[in-house]
Amino acid sequence: MLLALAAVPVVFLLVFYAWPFATLLERAISTDAITTTLSRRRTWSVAWFTLWQATASTALTLLVGFLPAYVIARYRFAGRRLLVGLLTSVFVLPTVVVGAALLAVLPESLERGVWAILAAHVIFNLAVVVRVVGVTWEHLPTDLEAAAATLGASPWQVVRTITLPLLRPALTAAGSIVFLFTFTSFGVIRILGTAGTATIEVEIWRRATQLGDIGDAAVLTVLQLVVLAAVLGWATTSQRRHGRALAIRPVAARARPRTTRQRVLVGTTALATAAVVMLPLGALVMRSFRGSDGFSSAAWRNLGRAEVRPGIRLGVDPLDALVRSLQTAAWATLFAVVIGALAALAIAATGRTGRLLDAGVMLPIGTSAVTIGFGMLITFDTAPFDWRASWWLVPVGHALVAVPFVVRTTLTVLRSVEPRLLEAAATLGAAPTRAWRAVVLPNLWRPLTVAAGLATAISLGEFGATSFLSRSGAETMPIAIERLLGRTGTLLQAQGFALASILAAATIVAVLAVELAGRSGDTPTFGPGAGAGDRTDRRDRARDR
Amino acid sequence: MLEIVDVTMSFDGITVLDHISATVGDGEVVALLGPSGSGKSTLLRIVAGLESPDHGTVRISGRDVTAVPTHRRDVGLVFQDEQLFPHRDVAGNVGFGLEMAGVPGDERRGRVDELLELVGLAGFGGRRVTDLSGGEAKRVALARALAPRPAVLLLDEPLTGLDRDLHDRLAREVAGILRSTGTTAVWVTHDRAEADSVADRVIELPAVDR
Repeated sequence: MLLALAAVPVVFLLVFYAWPFATLLERAISTDAITTTLSRRRTWSVAWFTLWQATASTALTLLVGFLPAYVIARYRFAGRRLLVGLLTSVFVLPTVVVGAALLAVLPESLERGVWAILAAHVIFNLAVVVRVVGVTWEHLPTDLEAAAATLGASPWQVVRTITLPLLRPALTAAGSIVFLFTFTSFGVIRILGTAGTATIEVEIWRRATQLGDIGDAAVLTVLQLVVLAAVLGWATTSQRRHGRALAIRPVAARARPRTTRQRVLVGTTALATAAVVMLPLGALVMRSFRGSDGFSSAAWRNLGRAEVRPGIRLGVDPLDALVRSLQTAAWATLFAVVIGALAALAIAATGRTGRLLDAGVMLPIGTSAVTIGFGMLITFDTAPFDWRASWWLVPVGHALVAVPFVVRTTLTVLRSVEPRLLEAAATLGAAPTRAWRAVVLPNLWRPLTVAAGLATAISLGEFGATSFLSRSGAETMPIAIERLLGRTGTLLQAQGFALASILAAATIVAVLAVELAGRSGDTPTFGPGAGAGDRTDRRDRARDR
Repeated sequence: MLEIVDVTMSFDGITVLDHISATVGDGEVVALLGPSGSGKSTLLRIVAGLESPDHGTVRISGRDVTAVPTHRRDVGLVFQDEQLFPHRDVAGNVGFGLEMAGVPGDERRGRVDELLELVGLAGFGGRRVTDLSGGEAKRVALARALAPRPAVLLLDEPLTGLDRDLHDRLAREVAGILRSTGTTAVWVTHDRAEADSVADRVIELPAVDR
């Protein structure tokens, strides 16, 4: 029974993850490919750009996010939850949408290039810092800082000797997440990049699909994996070294800002953060209404028309892309939820072998979507496995990206079911399956709903793998957006912005549904530092005073 | 000497301290007794400068400190839940106040050892504070607060959470330490027996009407 449960996810992983991955390695491990790639100047300039923009993005995001993290963790103010929600929605927006939003808001001289890329990365990842650092921060008892003050530490000394050291593991964690995201940045750079600003990911795509240079692209993929493994290894050991057993404490009481200084700090930080996030999204919608001379709703009216002018077709039909995206998302969600749920059940039910499956299921999360798409592209191209034209290949690629999230959401709940409840049911005369149905099953619907919402959001915005797998004439929304924004012409640009607005709205709706489904239960939803303790707000305030 | 003059404080419209005045003489140990919710902890926090009163004055050694920030008040505070710094070992906790005061390393280490000896934890300097037992943690908290020789030591229910036996033993011990070091102290408790056994004088706070 258990074996049967596990078989589906195992086969899925072997065929669609392990096999393409092996194919990729096989293509890369050839002396010829390695020497040509590594001797190319372009390879090293791409690697260098990837590294420094990721480092700069990480440092900037930590810097910009520090104050909002503090204000959100420590103060109660009107719109606090709204601000967190806003930052989180930006984080879950598809990369192409964020790229498009920056394109819309920046002045023409800055709209493409390094500065645009860094700005997009910072705005995109602010939520990581605010939530990961914020969760630790709100659990640091304010009395710890008070204790330091009574011992003679000035406010600055308190930050240096108490707050920063205790936040260090969280800062490392947030920093490494942002680094990983920006190092493998693809969608943002496809929209905002120029010839000189390509990351390894973009170069892999360019070599594989534009130049047909599979060997080169494979070598670059492996190069990237090596760097990522090194960063992950460093982050894990560093966190283990500095992680300390802070007893789990309730959320420290959030205070209303009292002094004028506090009010100014909280007010300006909250407003500035909101503005930084809202302006690009507002500009996105505005730009979709821009015609060649002022306001025009032409882009929206012509969404369903592939012909720009009578007889001139561009091969990108916005409305068709929308429909295609919805279909793809439906299938991807179905695949991901079924496979993820089966995997979670198998993992929860078995001991050591389960852990192996657990690790296997999580692998796709450590592999960039570009790698996944590229691997599938070069694997499933020969009969009888020539599946490139199959309608299900894109949804399967999306499902692969989404399965780890489904497993995590479901597994957390499965593991939190008190085993004694099962024992209690057994003592009351319930057979094992009957007990399971009575005790565990009712708890599963909520995480599965959350997982489905997540999978939908992921699929709607998926760009990396789709860039390799989608066929022309069957574009999903992100692909169509990138195409449209890459063209000149006011109408096409406006259509791109319109489509990006739709995609943004669709993603936010999916994610809001997830939040609502996850809210009433204890299911950790998505987002960095999920399950942040917003609920315990008031509990600690009733202390003796 | 600590003087609290006419202190009033309210939270969300509820007055928790209503024109409270009290004086603690040099070297005196005063217990502040009151039911929970009577504002004892708030009064301590006002003395420490962690809360500012709506009205009233706090004087330490004759100086009006009502507007002085906590770190310049020369008070020590033993928290109910110790609040030991989890990223520093025992010696790092006890020596923290000396570090902030700029006491050089050698002298600091000497004073830390002296204090650990005083609270019965000689040789504990290198321990992680997360590995301490409940009673040991209380002792470290006391040593840490005493180290910079504050003008006034404030103890906020310092013995909560200990079993009866340990509680009584530690109460005697801490009272002894306060006497032997000549410390001016305010000891907050809701336990009349504890108040009577440790203090020279007991001040009772009235219950608050809500």
